[in-house]
Amino acid sequence: MNELLQLYQQMIIDHGKCPRNFGELENPTHKQKGFNPLCGDQLEIFLIIDDNDVIQDVKFTGEGCAISMASASMLTELVKGNHIDKANGLVEDFNAMLVTQDVSDEAMERLGKASVLEGVKQYPSRIKCATLSWHALKNACAGEGEATTE
Amino acid sequence: MSQSLNLENIRKDFKYLANKKQVIYLDNASTTQKPDVVLNALSDFYRYSNANVHRGAYHLSEVATAKYDQARQVAADFIHAKSSDEIVFVRGCTEAINLVASSFGQQLNAGDEVIISAMEHHANIVPWQMLSKAKGIKIRVINLTESGELDLPHYKSLLNKHTKLVSIAHISNVLGAINDVGLMIEWAHEVGAKFLVDAAQSPAHIQIDVQALDCDFLTFSAHKHYGPTGVGILYGKHSLLERMVPYQTGGSMITSVTYESSEFMSAPHKFEAGTPAYAEAYGMSQALIYLNELGINNIKQAEDDLMVYTLEKFKQSDDLILYGPKDNRIGVFSFLVKGVHAHDVATILDSQGVAIRAGHHCAMPLMHTLSVPALARASLGVYNTKSEIDQLFDGLKTVKKIFSNE
Repeated sequence: MNELLQLYQQMIIDHGKCPRNFGELENPTHKQKGFNPLCGDQLEIFLIIDDNDVIQDVKFTGEGCAISMASASMLTELVKGNHIDKANGLVEDFNAMLVTQDVSDEAMERLGKASVLEGVKQYPSRIKCATLSWHALKNACAGEGEATTE
Repeated sequence: MSQSLNLENIRKDFKYLANKKQVIYLDNASTTQKPDVVLNALSDFYRYSNANVHRGAYHLSEVATAKYDQARQVAADFIHAKSSDEIVFVRGCTEAINLVASSFGQQLNAGDEVIISAMEHHANIVPWQMLSKAKGIKIRVINLTESGELDLPHYKSLLNKHTKLVSIAHISNVLGAINDVGLMIEWAHEVGAKFLVDAAQSPAHIQIDVQALDCDFLTFSAHKHYGPTGVGILYGKHSLLERMVPYQTGGSMITSVTYESSEFMSAPHKFEAGTPAYAEAYGMSQALIYLNELGINNIKQAEDDLMVYTLEKFKQSDDLILYGPKDNRIGVFSFLVKGVHAHDVATILDSQGVAIRAGHHCAMPLMHTLSVPALARASLGVYNTKSEIDQLFDGLKTVKKIFSNE
């Protein structure tokens, strides 16, 4: 039960129910769909990246579980106003937290609020829910095709 | 012979129930647990009877071959086929449908039509799409009614002289609906179309009688009726099977081979290239015998009781939305908890020891029709109890509690 309550802690439920930066951007410079074929979760991330490669604005739309929505919500809060190199570094930190699970204390600090998603690593079948939006952001910045969790 | 099931004895047959951390297993539409009689049959076969079938001129191979042939007869009897020659062993229901699409499909031409329905599993959609790309056939799809049943008038309107095959789920893996395939087969035959019954969900729950149905093909896997994975059957009327070209080729299916050409065996053997999953086929037959001994009608009655009990619980819960028809159904319950995604439901239930499925259930077009991204699904097996259903609903209360921030 404790692990469960860590997974579904207040902040995650809150971001899952009322995701921040939810909606479409009108004139995005970059956008990217993300799809998790395993569960059908899908989202789209919209970015305005300026000439200095700084993310001026970011929003997302989509449908998915509380984990995927909360994760996307926290991601958008975290990367807004940052250079894409820094955003990509955060994606690596996030992957280190959940996928390779060799995350440093510094990385956890950099992830800020999004570090509350660490509990997801106890649930292997849900890790992809959490990483979907981060894959999409990375591909969007690189101008690559649709992100999938596969 | 009608007697009610002894649930206590049945539960002794399934060792997963002896796990220290007991799992309430409600994902039976996906795959069932296996009784000892099947597990012992598999291990005994490999231990004491293992030799390649239809090959060796030695006793051990003859024993293995006899068991394999016996398994074919058991499967034929189980579905009331005229002869065991109408049973092709395949890897599972998916392969069976692919076999028909690829082999019977050779007889179809551009402009011919195949009818499927809006409640099909991907395994009964994609093979026809591939055939459509290869041969230019047209796929027509039967709509659903508001209550989640097949729209039979719509089906009737789709049938015409171009219809060559109708391929329909006997029971929906999402909605639990039992389709009236008997009537549908009659209609299909009136326009000269053949009919494939995808019976993936059927053998563990309801009686199958291919002669009464008069279906042309029928398919299922062993693992959904307490048998092993990797084996299943394609039933086909023998005259039809005889007219079909082999699906895969190689050893075991030929009578003679030269570098120029080969002669094939008759059905069913011409569809069984290579060493078959003979031990698994034998394991499957033991699962069918297990079902026969329990009595499929007794199983149906017991599962219906539990289904009614579960349906009532759904009815009492305002925050749960259940999909599928009220009647003519089996104990497959696809549902949503209002305001909570199906995956969150499944994870929270799992932490309470309740295993259910969440997702699109390999039926993405149906999810689209129902306008849902995903559904949670609980599905009954012969070993499930009322107390397990109570625990499912207790678990669902926890879901609500967590998501209402209490």
